Amino acid sequence: MDFLVFQVPALTAQAILDGILLGILFALIAYGMALQWGVMNIINIAQGELVIMGGYIAYFMYMSGIHPAWGIFVSPIIMFFVGVFIYKLVINKVVDRDMFISILATFGISILMMQLMNFGFGSDVVVAQSDFGTTMLFNNSVTLPNSKIFSAVVSIVCAVLLTIYMKKSKLGRAIRATAQNARAAKILGVDTEKVYASTFGINAALCGVAGALVAITFTLHPYVGLPYTVRSFMIVIVAGLGNLPGVAMSGMGLGVFEEFADYLLGTEFRIATVFFLLVLILVYRRFKLAKTREYLK
Amino acid sequence: MKNLYRSILTFISVLALVFSFGTANAKVEGDTIVLGAAVSLTGKYSTNGEHTKNGYNLAVDRINSMGGVKVGGKSYKFKIIYYDDESNSKRAAQLAERLIKQDGVKYMLGPYSSGLTKAIAPVTEENKIPMVEANGASRSLFTKGYKYLFAVLSPANQYLEVAIDLAVEKNGGKPVRIAQAFEQDAFSQDVRLGVLDAAKRTGSKIIIDDKLPKELNDMAATLAKVKAVKPDVLVVSGHSKGALTAIRQISEMKVDVPMLAMTHCDASKLAKQHGAKSEFALCASQWHKTLTYKDKFFGDGIKYDKDFTKAYGYAPPYQAAESSAALLVFKDAFERANSFDTKKVRDALAKTKMQTFYGNIKFGSGGQNTAKPMVLFQVMCKSGKCENVVVAPTKWAAAELIHPIPPWSKR
Repeated sequence: MDFLVFQVPALTAQAILDGILLGILFALIAYGMALQWGVMNIINIAQGELVIMGGYIAYFMYMSGIHPAWGIFVSPIIMFFVGVFIYKLVINKVVDRDMFISILATFGISILMMQLMNFGFGSDVVVAQSDFGTTMLFNNSVTLPNSKIFSAVVSIVCAVLLTIYMKKSKLGRAIRATAQNARAAKILGVDTEKVYASTFGINAALCGVAGALVAITFTLHPYVGLPYTVRSFMIVIVAGLGNLPGVAMSGMGLGVFEEFADYLLGTEFRIATVFFLLVLILVYRRFKLAKTREYLK
Repeated sequence: MKNLYRSILTFISVLALVFSFGTANAKVEGDTIVLGAAVSLTGKYSTNGEHTKNGYNLAVDRINSMGGVKVGGKSYKFKIIYYDDESNSKRAAQLAERLIKQDGVKYMLGPYSSGLTKAIAPVTEENKIPMVEANGASRSLFTKGYKYLFAVLSPANQYLEVAIDLAVEKNGGKPVRIAQAFEQDAFSQDVRLGVLDAAKRTGSKIIIDDKLPKELNDMAATLAKVKAVKPDVLVVSGHSKGALTAIRQISEMKVDVPMLAMTHCDASKLAKQHGAKSEFALCASQWHKTLTYKDKFFGDGIKYDKDFTKAYGYAPPYQAAESSAALLVFKDAFERANSFDTKKVRDALAKTKMQTFYGNIKFGSGGQNTAKPMVLFQVMCKSGKCENVVVAPTKWAAAELIHPIPPWSKR
């Protein structure tokens, strides 16, 4: 084990800040997943592919001479319609079915999207340059890329706006009502079909924003979506369903945890450690559940 | 009724037999030598698969138009049967079986990537089918004792050894401190072994040795460590994604190292995508157009570059060049064997000693090319335009290595 991270204070600060910035971006993606999971009871395996597709929209803006950061406005609009389209095409047929069927269906969509992106954009790895520069802290010993700070700020703004929208707007209330009890909502006049379509669209739009941010902070490739799906799944599992502030916290927590795992155990164990943590949390949850008294409903 | 059933069955069996004989002789059809190749036309290697296919095709056209292959006083033309392996090693192995068993192919060309070559090699070996491959550099391909596998390219462990030697040379012959980050895949780990060898040989010390998970596209932790321990040379290998991520984050985190050596700079179009941020990066490459090797089919590198660009509309990356070289090797072997017998062709391949526009080719006992050194180029920028310029080995150096890399505060 390497304790370099604790011997150099700047490294500790760097690890925490990197982890938080990374975590916030992932939390945004997880936020969409949690919303959709809660409302429609669908685990979207194609989440990462939606992110990457959103990223490609920003990349194409960059290639045509527009600053890729504007992608955070354009990409969600396009992705909203992509989301609604996917809903109308596939998801509405599986939305009331078993969760396993929805996993299969979205898995199929993810493969299809990967191949389509490969077909349309090629299999080269691409990056969009934001040229946002770097923020130096503590006498230049801690460096934070402004693109990452920008991503975190945009993610937070998006999450706050969405929370307000969910609380105040008519559609937001309808979505929440459907999440609580779809049948009752339907009886009381909520068009659940529309609610489902918009929920899937909103999720895709969130992925669109996240994609634009990924394009300027990381790299894009048609096949790189899966880690985003897995990560957001993990964040939602850790936070628990319907717990949106929890999503933000668990996103950041996992980010920091991952960074420290990297420093302490080595980069090769970074992702393994996060998965190990996931298993621990699931076992703990199961253990806690088993302790509560079971009764027939 | 029973008789009718029996006669139909007999008829079908005879038909099947005739067809199987028909395809078994398909190695040479009339005046055509049929080669088989499974290449990634879809999936994650599709871009490089395309380069491989274009490289093969250009060489086939060139050889055919310049008189073809002369065997037994008769002139033959090359033809390649392609299948798409979908960048999937299981599929590649299946397709190799299909090429050999169903299409009756007797001579194979390699796929793209070490992983897929590893999947195909056991199949060709078992069927005693000679395979000349141009895109599988993993060292483990050449330590298995394969007799029918020949690679025109230098093995992966040689990629960055040169860089370590160069760093030591620039350090006045004294050992250096190395930080390295390699992706966890067959190719990059082989590159790592080469660096470990070079470090041992020069007495250098490895102070950071990170293995990057394949799913990872964030190197911030590794780079923060590099900033803290200040090594003499930073070595990174992780395909195109690794190269692009490294440059992005090194420039964003303002990581100052005297020397930065990488792989896949040309495949990832590093100089184009990152511009001046990638300046001074040293890159290992199998080939560069300015090298002065020559052959009678393509002339030299510059001419190959021009012909390829004319045919396919983009400048050839080294993946295309080495693929073209594979065909030149086959032609040479057929002519020296003066036979289509796979054993004789194999023996002729083993004795290959030739120069192509791509480099000298001579196979070692494991099938790897031992005659061609790797080249290192450095990204150099002049008024906003960045180019790859060969800096080592000195024989082909077009410019002097810029060392150490100026700090970010002065760039």
